[in-house]
Amino acid sequence: MNVLDLSRWQFGITTVYHFLFVPLTLGLSIIVAGFQTAWYRTRNPVHLRQTKFWGRLFLINFAMGVVTGIVQEFQFGMNWSEYSRFVGDIFGAPLAMEGLIAFFLESTFIGLWIFGWDKLSPRLHLATIWLAAIGTNLSAYFILAANSWMQHPVGYRLNPATGRAELTDIWAVLTNSTTLVTFPHVLFGAFVTAGGFVIGVSAWNLMRRKDVELFRTATRVALAVTVAASIGVALSGHAQAQIMTRQQPMKMAAAEALWEDETSAGFSLFAVGDVERGRNHVNLQIPYGLSILATGTPGGRVEGVNDIQARYQALYGPGDYRPVVGLAYWSFRLMIGFGVLSALLALAGLWLTRRGRRLPGNPWFYRLAMLGIGLPFLANSLGWIFTEMGRQPWTVFGIMRTAAAVSPGVDVAEVAITLVGFTLVYGLLALIEVRLLLKAIRSGPETEEASGKTPDPDPAPALSY
Amino acid sequence: MELTTVWFLLIAVLWTGYLLLEGFDFGVGVLLPFVGRDEAGRRMALRAIGPLWDGNEVWLLVAGGATFAAFPEWYATLFSGFYLPLFLILLALIARGVALEYRNRSEDPRGWDRALFWGSAVPAFLWGVAFANIVRGVPLDGDHEYTGSLLTLLNPYALLGGVATLALFTLHGAVFLALKTTGEVRGRALVAIRYAGPAALAAGGVFLVVTQFMTGKPATWISVTAAAAGIAGALVAAARGREGWAFLANAVAIVAVVVTLFGGLWPNVMPALDPANSLTVANASSTPYTLTVMTWVAVIFTPIVLIYQGWTYWIFRERLTRTDVAGSH
Ligand code: HDD
Ligand code: HEM
Ligand code: HEM
Repeated sequence: MNVLDLSRWQFGITTVYHFLFVPLTLGLSIIVAGFQTAWYRTRNPVHLRQTKFWGRLFLINFAMGVVTGIVQEFQFGMNWSEYSRFVGDIFGAPLAMEGLIAFFLESTFIGLWIFGWDKLSPRLHLATIWLAAIGTNLSAYFILAANSWMQHPVGYRLNPATGRAELTDIWAVLTNSTTLVTFPHVLFGAFVTAGGFVIGVSAWNLMRRKDVELFRTATRVALAVTVAASIGVALSGHAQAQIMTRQQPMKMAAAEALWEDETSAGFSLFAVGDVERGRNHVNLQIPYGLSILATGTPGGRVEGVNDIQARYQALYGPGDYRPVVGLAYWSFRLMIGFGVLSALLALAGLWLTRRGRRLPGNPWFYRLAMLGIGLPFLANSLGWIFTEMGRQPWTVFGIMRTAAAVSPGVDVAEVAITLVGFTLVYGLLALIEVRLLLKAIRSGPETEEASGKTPDPDPAPALSY
Repeated sequence: MELTTVWFLLIAVLWTGYLLLEGFDFGVGVLLPFVGRDEAGRRMALRAIGPLWDGNEVWLLVAGGATFAAFPEWYATLFSGFYLPLFLILLALIARGVALEYRNRSEDPRGWDRALFWGSAVPAFLWGVAFANIVRGVPLDGDHEYTGSLLTLLNPYALLGGVATLALFTLHGAVFLALKTTGEVRGRALVAIRYAGPAALAAGGVFLVVTQFMTGKPATWISVTAAAAGIAGALVAAARGREGWAFLANAVAIVAVVVTLFGGLWPNVMPALDPANSLTVANASSTPYTLTVMTWVAVIFTPIVLIYQGWTYWIFRERLTRTDVAGSH
C-alpha cells in the first residue's frame, strides 16, 4: 500500500466513523428539544422524564461526535495537503463558517443546557437546547456545502498562474444545487436514524413492560417521525439522483451497472457484471425504472459507463474514469434497501400500536424493532461510501484527481501509524460508548420525584460532562 | 490595513482565545491528581470546567478552519509537516474529551482520570513545541513542503517552549481553580500556584528572552515584559487571596506570550530555514475575494460569539461548594 491508499483508508474510516454519531446527534437533538417543549407547555412530568432520558443518551452520543469531529478538521491538512493548497480558497470558507457560526453555538449552548437546569428560567433553558440543535443542524449545512463543492464545483475559476482554484462567488457555493438536495437528504436520513433509535430503545423497555406510558408515547412519536422522514429521504434521494445524472453521469451509470447509453432504461435490482469487458451477465430490472428515476420520463436517455469513459478520455485525456462499479452498484442498492426496510418496520409499528389497541404481546415485534436500530446506520454509511467512492477517480469532480490531492511530504510509515492508531482508538471508544449507552438504557428513566429534585439530565452523577 | 494583515491578526486572536481558555482546562487536567485528593474533590475540579471546555475547544477548530480559509498554504504545510505531533495532540484531545464526558458515568473513574491527566499535559506541552518551531523556522522546500523529520521538531529550543507552555497552563489552571472552588480544592490550588508560578516564570522567561533575541522586534520587548509581569502579578495577587486579579494577570501573561510569538513571526507565517522558501502572509494567503467574504463573516459573528460565551461565563460565575457536587454518589 502506498501513501495514497493508506490516506484513503484513513479518511474513509475516520469519516464513516464520525458519521455514525452525526445523524443521531442531528435527529435526537431535535427530538429532545421537542420533548422539552412539550414539558414546558404542559408541565406534564412524563415529558420531563422523556427529555432527561433521551437527553442522557443524546449526550453520550454527542461526546463521540465532538471528539471524532476534531480529527476531521485537521485531516485535510495532514493527509491531503495538495488538496488543501488547491482548494483552500473555496473549501476553507464554509469550513471556517461552520466553526464560527455553528460549532460555537452548539458547544456553548450544550454546556448551558447540561448545567443550566437550576440556573436558568425554564424558558431560557428551553431556548438553550433549541439553539444547540440549530447549531448542529447548521453545521451539517456548511459541511455539506463544502462536500457538494467537491461533487459539483461552482463559483470558482482556475488561476493558471498559481494552478489553484479561486473563489469567485460565495453565494454560488452556498446555494449549489447539489447542496440544496443533499442537505435535506442527509437531514431526513438523520431523522430516520434517530427515529429508529428511539423506537428500538423503547421496544427494549416495552418488551419488559417498564415505564409503559412513557415508552409508548416515545414510540408513537418516533414512529411518526420515522415514517415521515422515510418519505422525505426517498423524495430528496430522487431529486439527488436526477441532479447526479446531469452532474456526475458516471456515478449514476456505475450505480446502475449500466454499460451503454440507453433510452427507456430499466432500474436494475440485481446484477452480476464483468467490469473488464464492461457488461452484465445477469440483470434483473424494473422496466423504465431508471429513466423515470433519473430523468423523470420513461423514455429518458441515461448514459452508460463505457460511453462515458470514451467521452471523458476525449475530454480529460487518457485515464480510467470509472469508479469501482460493483461497490457503487451495491452501496446504492443497499442504502435504499436498508432504508426501505426500516420504513416498512416503522409502518408496521404504526399499525400495530394504533390508538385503542393494547401493546403487542409477541416478543418478535420488539426484537425486530431493536434490530432495526442498525438499519439507518448502515444506510447512512453506505450512502456516503456511494457518494464518495462513486466520485472517484476525482477528489474534486472534473478538476482534481484523488491521486494528486495527497500530501507529498508524508511517508508511508507516518500514515500507517496514524491509520492504525486512529482505528484502534476508535474501536476501543466504540466499545466504551456502546457499554455506556446500554447501561443508561438499562437504568431507565428517572422516577418522578428524582427528576423533580435533581434538575440534571443525568440522574446518578450530577456533573457528568 | 491590508486584508492579509487583518487575517494574520485574526488568526492570532483565535489562537489567543484558544490558549487563554483551553489553557486553564489543560491546567485543571494536569492538576487533577494533585488538587483532587478524593472523589468529591476531583468532581469539584472538573465541574469548574464542565460547562465551558467544549466551547473553549471550538476556538481551536475555528483557528484551524480560519487558517484553512485565509492561508491555505499555511494550513497545508503546517499540518502535513507537523504530522506526528499533531496526531498525538489529536489523540490527547480525544482522550480528554471522552474522559470529561464519561468519567462520571463509569463505576471506576481512575482510568479516565489518567486519560484526563495525559490528555491535558500532552497538548499543553506540544502546542508549545509546535509554536516554538513555527517561530524558529523549519526546513521547507521550494513547494513549501516540510522536509525535516520528527526529530527536527524536537530541538532544545522547541522543548523549552513546550516546558514553558506546560508550566504556564498549569499555573493558569491552578489560578482558575483557586478562583472557582472552595475548601480543600481551593487550598490545594493555592499551593499549586506557589510551585507552578515560579516554574512558569523561569521556563517562560528564558523561552521568551531567547525568542526575543532570535526573532523579536523592538516592540515585542513590551510583550515579553508584560508576560513576565503578568506571571509575577498572578503570584502576588494569589498570595494575597485576590484570585480574580491573579486570573486576570495570568491571562495578560498568556496574551503577551501569543503577541510575542506572532510578533516575532510577522510578516512570515511559517519561516523556512532558507528564507527564500518561507511562507509569508502574502504568498500563503487566499485571494482578496475570499478574504473579503471571510472578513464580513468574522465581523458579524465574532461579536455574537463573544457575547454569548461571555454570558455563559457569567451564568457559571459562582464558586463551587461541596453541596454543588454532592447529590451524586
Ligand atoms: C451532515 C452532517 C455532518 C457531516 C457530513 C460532518 N459533520 Fe462533523 N459534526 C456534525 C455534522 C457533520 C455535527 C452533527 O454537527 C457534530 C456531531 C456531533 C457534534 O457535536 O456535532 C459534528 C462535530 C464535528 C466537530 C466537533 C465540533 C465541536 O467540538 O463541537 C468537528 C470539528 C467536525 N464535526 C468537523 C467535520 C468535518 C471536517 C467533516 C468533513 C469531513 C465533518 N465534520 C463531517
Ligand atoms: C462532508 C463530509 C464528508 C463525508 C461524510 C465523506 C465521506 C467519505 C466516505 C464514506 C468515503 C469513502 C470511504 C473510503 O474511500 O474508504 C470518503 C472517501 C474520501 N473522501 Fe470524503 N467525505 C466527506 C468530505 C470529504 C472532503 C471534504 C474531502 C476532501 C479532501 C474528502 C475526500 C475524500 C477522499 C480523498 C477520499 C478517499 C477516496 C476513496 O477512498 O475513495 N471527502 N469520504
Ligand atoms: C428511496 C430511497 C433513497 C434514494 C433514492 C437515495 C438516493 C441517494 C442518492 C442518489 C445519493 C447520492 C448523491 C450524490 O452522490 O450526489 C444518496 C446519498 C446518500 N444517501 Fe440516499 N437515497 C435513499 C435512501 C437513503 C436512506 C434511507 C438513507 C439513510 C437513512 C440515505 C442516506 C444517504 C447518505 C448519508 C448519502 C450521502 C450524502 C449525500 O450525498 O446526500 N439514503 N442517496
